Amino acid sequence: MTLLAIRVANVDFPNPLVLASGILGVTGNTLKWVVQNGAGGVTTKSIWLKEHKGHPNPIVLGTEHFLLNAVGLPDAGLEKAKEEIATYLSWAETEEGRSFKAPLIANIVADTADHFAETAEAIAELNPAMIEVNISCPNVEDEFGKPFACDRNQAAHVTKEVKRRTGGKIPIFVKLSPNVSNIVEIAKAIEDAGADGLTAFNTFGPGMCIDIETAQPILANKVGGLSGPAVKPLVVKMIYDLYKAVKIPMIGTGGVMTGRDALELMMAGATLVGVGSGVYYRGAEIFDLIANEMREWCEAHGVKDLQEVVGRSHRV
Amino acid sequence: MGRPHDLPRVVKIVDIKEENAQVRTFTLDLSVGAHPGQFVLLWIPRLDEKPFSVAFDDGQKLELSIAKVGPFTEALFEKKVGDQVGIRGPFGKPFYYELGDRLATIGGGYGAAPLYFLAHQAVQKGCTVEFIVGGRSKDHLLFIERAAALPSTQVHVSTDDGSQGFKGYNVQLLNQLFDEGLALDRLITVGPERMMKAVSDVALEKNLECIVSVERYMKCGFGICGQCVIDESGMPTCMEGPAMDHKLARRQKEFGQYHRDALGKKHSF
Repeated sequence: MTLLAIRVANVDFPNPLVLASGILGVTGNTLKWVVQNGAGGVTTKSIWLKEHKGHPNPIVLGTEHFLLNAVGLPDAGLEKAKEEIATYLSWAETEEGRSFKAPLIANIVADTADHFAETAEAIAELNPAMIEVNISCPNVEDEFGKPFACDRNQAAHVTKEVKRRTGGKIPIFVKLSPNVSNIVEIAKAIEDAGADGLTAFNTFGPGMCIDIETAQPILANKVGGLSGPAVKPLVVKMIYDLYKAVKIPMIGTGGVMTGRDALELMMAGATLVGVGSGVYYRGAEIFDLIANEMREWCEAHGVKDLQEVVGRSHRV
Repeated sequence: MGRPHDLPRVVKIVDIKEENAQVRTFTLDLSVGAHPGQFVLLWIPRLDEKPFSVAFDDGQKLELSIAKVGPFTEALFEKKVGDQVGIRGPFGKPFYYELGDRLATIGGGYGAAPLYFLAHQAVQKGCTVEFIVGGRSKDHLLFIERAAALPSTQVHVSTDDGSQGFKGYNVQLLNQLFDEGLALDRLITVGPERMMKAVSDVALEKNLECIVSVERYMKCGFGICGQCVIDESGMPTCMEGPAMDHKLARRQKEFGQYHRDALGKKHSF
């Protein structure tokens, strides 16, 4: 097990595979269940200050190449988040929980920089290992307009406010949108604003699927974020670019199905690897499966410390 | 990798049958290869998509018996033969039983529909079926005649008001049948969760196998949206259920106690 252990932003993960935000993650117990399936860390669904309704069904479509989703960030707000995070953290203190040592990342979302900061401050009180700031969901554009992650100044402003209100007590990761032409500029602005790390990336697009019998878009929201196997090469390339440009660590997320995929993202520059859509393709046991595949590869290739794989493509 | 049925297949409604004042059976022009206990997602474009347990699938046609309970089912009840709807699935685990089992199915309200499908399949596999159906009154009963026409099947009816059959709950009727000397291997129950919990209590007492159907707010159907996860295990019921061994269900602290809404908030039964 220790072969895959890795440290990021002073937080120790038993393996680099974290449940990406938005997949499962509704309750503390389901985060526990994902850890029991081998995840090295877990990210909550996006937490709002107050209740927020999601979209009607269908919210997610799957094919062998991609998932398309517009769940719409449903959440019951801070009070529920407190209860669910406490459920997970108290399990993490049990004998079973301690055997896994899987950190919890609280993902937050809001409509203004102030609300982001207020939510982050309240969530920090609950002692998650990290906060991930979702400034990049493409599925609520009708409600809120272009995500903050599409504008360098807005992305930096949110980051700065969140850092200020959390007082440097807890690592802040900012989740990027891949749907920009200047990803490096935006990432640098977020780094300069004090972020401790980046999550790269939220979903692509948005895209659309049309049913040809009815000529109707299938998702209730018509459009949705693209993820799954199809996006992996795009993610690898952008992580590769970002690794050259910023010093803060990254959680690489997008299209990881296998141990080879996870190692590929790490060689591009990711320290942790988010797994989300992969749960659709291989079930929740994907975490154990990927970890085993990574371990086998590392043993066969004489890797002693997983950290040496991070950014390897830049050193050959 | 890849699951070909996770985009809706749009098909025609080929028959609509009025079962009682609340329930209609919609026959759709496809088979999804469903087993009893599984569910499908039914899509009405630009409105919503909702889960429904499969009332019948004979390899050619799919039947869904649906009660009018809200805006979605009201829109569905406006549909005519020849209109189109979308179907995804089947999803979830089917009922488990063994060849030659002496079964009792205990259906509360609309729960009778998937249990008829089960009985139809099980009697072809050497099982006998005590088909126990309970409803508020005789106007709420479902599939009585159809089940009575099956071989190796005995129908037993209970109504809360005594308007047909045994006056009282179906669980009381089940206990009465035991008192009369009925011998069984397995109970399979679908209905309100507190009723299923009562059936499970009987199974424990009599040391019988028992399968319950745990329904939660299901959206994606394939175990990623997290809407239908259950305490204490945290597993998604769309994948590990709806049909579930009652001992697994009883280990879930929310079984018979509470469920969650679209926002993940808890509500007591």
